[in-house]
Order: sequence, then C-alpha cells, then structure tokens
Amino acid sequence: MDILDIIKPENQVFCKSRLMTDATLSYCPGCGHGTAHNLTMEVIDEMGIVEDTIGVAPVGCSVLAYDFMNIDMTQAAHGRAPAVATAIARTWPEKYVFTYQGDGDLAAIGTAETIHTCNRGENIVIIFVNNGIYGMTGGQMAPTTLAGMRSSTSPYGREIETMGSPLKITELVANLPGVYYATRQAVHTHKHVRKTKKAIRKAFENIRLKKGVSFIEIVSNCNSGWKMNPVESNAWMEENMFAYFPLGDIKVNGKLK
Amino acid sequence: MSELKLMKGNEALAEAAIRAGVDAYFGYPITPQSEVIEYLMSQRPEKRTGMVVLQAESELAAINMVYGAASTGKKAMTSSSSPGISLKLEGISYLAGAELPAVIVNVVRGGPGLGTIQPSQADYFQSVKGGGHGDYKLYVLAPSSVQEMADFVEDAFDIAFKYRAPVLILSDGLIGQMMEKVTLKDQKERMSNEELIKKYGNWAVTGKKDRERNIITSLDLQSEKMEARVHRLLKKYQQMEKEDLRFEKIHCEDAEYLIVAYGSSARISQKAVELARAKGIKVGLLRPITLFPFPKQQLLDLAAQVKGILSVELNAGQMVEDVQLAVQHKVPVLHFGRTGGIIHTPEEILEALEQKIIKNGHTRHHKTRESSLL
Amino acid sequence: MTEEIIIAGFGGQGVLSMGKILAYSGIMQDQEVSWMPSYGPEMRGGTANVTVILSDERISSPYLKVYDTAIILNQQSMDKFEKAVKPGGILLYDPNGISHHPTRTDIGIFSVDGAKLAAEMGNKKIFNMVVLGAFLKVKPIVKLENVIEGLKKSLSERYHHLIPLNKKAITMGMNKVKPYIIKDTVFHN
Repeated sequence: MDILDIIKPENQVFCKSRLMTDATLSYCPGCGHGTAHNLTMEVIDEMGIVEDTIGVAPVGCSVLAYDFMNIDMTQAAHGRAPAVATAIARTWPEKYVFTYQGDGDLAAIGTAETIHTCNRGENIVIIFVNNGIYGMTGGQMAPTTLAGMRSSTSPYGREIETMGSPLKITELVANLPGVYYATRQAVHTHKHVRKTKKAIRKAFENIRLKKGVSFIEIVSNCNSGWKMNPVESNAWMEENMFAYFPLGDIKVNGKLK
Repeated sequence: MSELKLMKGNEALAEAAIRAGVDAYFGYPITPQSEVIEYLMSQRPEKRTGMVVLQAESELAAINMVYGAASTGKKAMTSSSSPGISLKLEGISYLAGAELPAVIVNVVRGGPGLGTIQPSQADYFQSVKGGGHGDYKLYVLAPSSVQEMADFVEDAFDIAFKYRAPVLILSDGLIGQMMEKVTLKDQKERMSNEELIKKYGNWAVTGKKDRERNIITSLDLQSEKMEARVHRLLKKYQQMEKEDLRFEKIHCEDAEYLIVAYGSSARISQKAVELARAKGIKVGLLRPITLFPFPKQQLLDLAAQVKGILSVELNAGQMVEDVQLAVQHKVPVLHFGRTGGIIHTPEEILEALEQKIIKNGHTRHHKTRESSLL
Repeated sequence: MTEEIIIAGFGGQGVLSMGKILAYSGIMQDQEVSWMPSYGPEMRGGTANVTVILSDERISSPYLKVYDTAIILNQQSMDKFEKAVKPGGILLYDPNGISHHPTRTDIGIFSVDGAKLAAEMGNKKIFNMVVLGAFLKVKPIVKLENVIEGLKKSLSERYHHLIPLNKKAITMGMNKVKPYIIKDTVFHN
C-alpha cells in the first residue's frame, strides 16, 4: 500500500483548522493544548460564528492562545478570565464568548471568579484544561495535582494532610444552578478527540440558546511537568488522572447526572 | 434638557454616568462610595439607556469586568474607595499595559489598612505614581465639587478614549458624601455596536469581521517589543502633559504666599485664603485639577512671585514632594494636613500658613517633611 | 449673603433631612448651597450633624470650624457646638433632654420645644419642621414659599400629601420660638 492510498479524505481523522494561525505552537510536543485549541477553532468554523466570537486567554501555558487562534481575543489577568468574559457577554449579548483556562488559573487564583461567574449563569463557554500541574512556571503543584504526585513545590509528593486534596472544581460548579452543562473529556486518542469536539459544539450551541454556563473540563497531560515522554504521560494519565477525575458528563441540559 | 438638582457627589457621578451614555459599570460596595452603585441600581439603567450595572463578587472581578468591556470598545467604569482601589491596582496596570480606555473612581478614605471611612487624600502617591506594577501613569482628575463629580465623568471618558488609557477620578469622602447644586447634562445616546465597530474596529475585540483579528494583551515576551510598548505609553503621557493639563488659579495675581491644594482641601483652602485676605495677607490658591499631568510650570512661575508655598492635603505629606520638585527649591515648600479622617478647618490652614511659611519661610529653606507634620 | 449653619442632634431626629430641605429652599431662591453631613458609624444611633451653607456667591469650604447659626438638638451637640457659634451668631436649641443649658452671652440664644410641640400635634416625625420654623422666624433667610417648594423637591411624591402638615409644623415653630435670656447678655436680636 502506497502512502497516497492512506492520505485520503475518508481516512482523515485530524487536520489543522482553518482558524488556527500558522504560528508555531509554543506547547511541548505531546501536549494536549494544541488539540484542544484546534477543536475549539473547528467548532467555531463549522458553526460559522467566527465574526461573532470573542475568546479570553488566561495566564498559564495558554497565555498565548491568541497567537494560535485566528479570532478576536483578549488576554486576562491571572484567574480573571471569567470576569472579563462576563463583561463581554453582558455588553455584547449576541456574541459567542468563551474562556480558555488552565487549572491554576481557574481552580486556584481565579476560584472566586469561576464560582461566581458560574453562579450568575453567564452565557459563556468555559474550556478548562486540567493537567494537574503549573506548566508554564515550571511544574509547580496545582490545585488539581494528585495525591502523592511530585511537583517542584511538592518534591516528595502531594501530602493531603498539609496540602489538601486535589480539587474537583467541575463537580463543584456543576452543582450551581447557573451551570447548564458540565462535562469532563480528554484529547489523547481519536475517540476522545471526537467526543470532546461534540462537547465543545454542544457548549457553543448552548450560547446560541442562551442557556448559561457550559463548562468543559479537558483532562490532559503535561509530559514536561510530569517528567515523562508523551506516551508514558498518556498512560499515566489514563491510570491515575482518570481514576480521580473520571471522564463523562456531569450535568447535561441543567440536570446533574 | 439639562436639569438642576441637589445631589450627593456620589449620586451626581452615577447620574452623570447614565447621562454620558456609559455602557457598563461594575462595582463592589465600600464606604464612602456605595451610593454610586446604589443610585445606579435604583435608576434601572438597563431600562433608561441599556447600561449594564453589575455588582461583582470582588474588586478584582469588578476591575477585570471593566477590562473585559473596555477591550471591546465599550465605555466601562468602576468606583471604589481606598482599600478597594488597592485590590484593583493589578487590573489598572493591565488596563494601562493593554492600552484600554476606562474610568476608575476612587472616593478616598483614610488609611493605611482598613483605616477609617472618613475623608482623606492619602491615596495621592498611589494615584499619580503608578500604584500598580510597571511603567505606567494614570491621567488623574481631582473634582472639588459635586458639579465636578458629575462633569468629570464625561471628561474622563473623553481622555480615556483620546489616549486609549485608563483615567482615574480621585475624589474623597467629603466630596462624595456632600450635597450641592448640580446642573446635569442632557442624556447622550449610547454608541450603537455598528458605530462602535466603525470607530474602534481597528483595535477593539468585537468579532473578526472584514479585517484581521484584533488582540488585546499587555504581554510582550520579546523585550524589544515590550520596550516599544513602554515608549508608546510614555509618548501618551508626554502628550497629556502638553495638551490636557488642567488647573485653577484663585487670587494668584498679587499673591505673596501660595497654597497648593486639590479636591476637598482646595475648597477648604479657598476659605482659608478668604480669611487671610480679610486679615490683609495676600494669599493665592493654585488648585491642580489634574494631578497627572501636574501644573509644574505654573508652580515654577509662581515660585518667582511668592515667598513661600504651603501644600495642603488630607494626608501626611504626599503632593508636597511634587510641588517641591516643580519649584526646584526656589522658595520654601512645606506641607500641612490632617490625617486619620480628620478634616482640617480653614482656620487651621491659615494658622499653618502663618506659622510654617510666613513666620519661618524666609530663613528655613530645607525643612524635612517630618518636621512639617502637625 | 452667606449663612453658615450646623444642625446637630441624634440620628433619627431628622437632622440630615432638615438640612436637605433648607438647602433645597436655598436653591429655590437661586442661591448656592452645600450640605455636608457627618457620615458612617456616628449616624447609627449616635450623634448626627450636617453643615448647611446658603450663599449668594460660590461657596468655598463646605466644612467649617465656626458657624453663623447652630441648631442643637441634644446635649452632646451642645457640648460640641455652643463654642462654635461666631460671636453675634445664633444658637437655637430644643431644651428637651438638655441638662446643661448654653451660657454664652455674646450670641443670640433661642429655644423651641420642638419635641413637645410635635408630640402635641400628633406626629413626632415633624419635630424637625417645628425646629426649622423656629429657625426661620429667628433668621428669615428663606421665604416660607421656597421652603414648601424645597419640601416638594426633597420629598418623594408619595409623601406630598404630608406637605400641609409640615407647613403647619413650620408655622408652629415660628410662633413658639422664644429667646433664652441669660443675665448680662449683650446680644439683642
């Protein structure tokens, strides 16, 4: 079989979205961010809403999301993306507003904004990439770092007694009436990529329907921070991260699962 | 129709914001400025003009909401009082860095810490010397009447959009809480989205349509780019100094002594000037209306005319440093002011002028600030 | 003409609203006005005071040390503000609850039984209007019709039916105010 027999549209499972720029991704090889970016752009492109979409980038690895997403974006202070998105959604109610945040941004420094934005039921999408570590600053402990997991600020492993338990923020916000849709997905296999894309599509459709917050957690890897190669990190993620952060819908159409 | 009313400073500011066609206000309650959001809420602004008014979960959220709305070209503002402004400083630095137009109001109370809810001008340094991190300045307007609380809202937005920069209205508990006659301007229509896109579409994030994408950020990981950004900001500040300095001179023509005071202190000092003149002492008052830009040249010119200058502020001595810098030690410049929420009386100011400047002024050119305190 | 007034008493006595009505009355006759309250915890059950200035010219300081008139409605305020009346100025007070009466002889002192009169009229809330009436008798700086206009501006529409009662209270105060004579007084109004 020739390579050209393989490169056929019907065999294609993944390609770069038209709404991704040509800038070289600043993410480490094997990181899930690029896929999550691409899926978000694919959905916006397919829905034909680029003219009405405003994204909010966080502080963290995805601080430069606006370099890669070829849409209008504003970059928020650390943790404040939901507040920034709130104001945009309130003053431009016809727009599709989303935040793209990591675990430190959304579940540590920005917890108050996350909870209150969800509680007010702002008509936005929150895409939350959880890789259990602070990637950009060099692998420090995150609110979602697993028990016993090593990081540069928990060099002997996260000790629950002194450092608290990893925070299941998606379950927490799913309990708020303002949240219409809460789900936890992954992007490390074709199967998961497809499911995640469906979830993102559903979330943006919810904006159209003015349903309030759609909250999509994507459990991802951080092979640099975890000090593993990409293959190892994905295996480790399946075994350990998914055990604590189980994949699947948590709240659909306003109803807890 | 313009309208004459008796209003508190805080209420006049809120009403003026609605009438100026402001798109959004985000705030968090704190004394002595809570009347701003209370008044706005009472007016159903969403019905009057479609203005968004939202009580945020914190000062941090409120200023970042302002950042969000401002990044789309909307006229957005917030107000708070001293401890709340401290919390907002990160967001204010981001607004400056990302070159966004916005208006922040500080109805100052005494500090540091939780301090007191009574009037103060102890946030001068915070307001004009940056406050937040990085190389930036705020255009600072200091109202000294209820009328100016109302008028400065629109003035502040004009400057904010002229320069794409945050503007601070630095008031205090006295001006915020007092009532005076105020003439309110006619209702201005809010800018439509179409008009906004036409006017600010070259930078605002409104959705990528018929153009390249717009990005609002204060991040430049390449040092050369960051330095270029800082230089761009500096240019704005230089232009503000050239084109948008504001001040008021009262009885300065024949003055032998000068009081420099802004905001509430300027009002009280004006009475002190009247008392002094009744006694035959020729005192003038220079009131900086903008604290940045600061009337440096005007002070230097007056230094050639007067024998001494008293900087009157409701703080332990802050603006006095800028007055000293401006007059280049050509005449003695001393500070007088009460702190802790105590308001100096006109009589106290006159006494301070007589004791510190008129009696000692000729001989002691280099007093320390400490010794100039009460 | 500039009239600098302090009105001081307990929170809840209508001190601030009396000042507001006075300020509005000033506006009705095209004067400059300022109304500067004490605010914050002081107001909750403690003393409340407001500085009101009416002037034909631009008002400089809204905050003062000495006043043309002090309207005093409790003992704490008497202790604080009797000395703050300018020589030749006016002190008007309600003797109800006052244990140490004023002693200055270089000012004009007047009293009105505001609390008692208001109670007799069947509405304690119009106490401040009785006192306002007393003040306007002593110092007719605003015309009664302008006070009524001021009341209309100051009160929300749903209270406008109370304006005749307020007018009655003001008239009552005007009729019942009396000079408080201290031996050796040098002041004659």
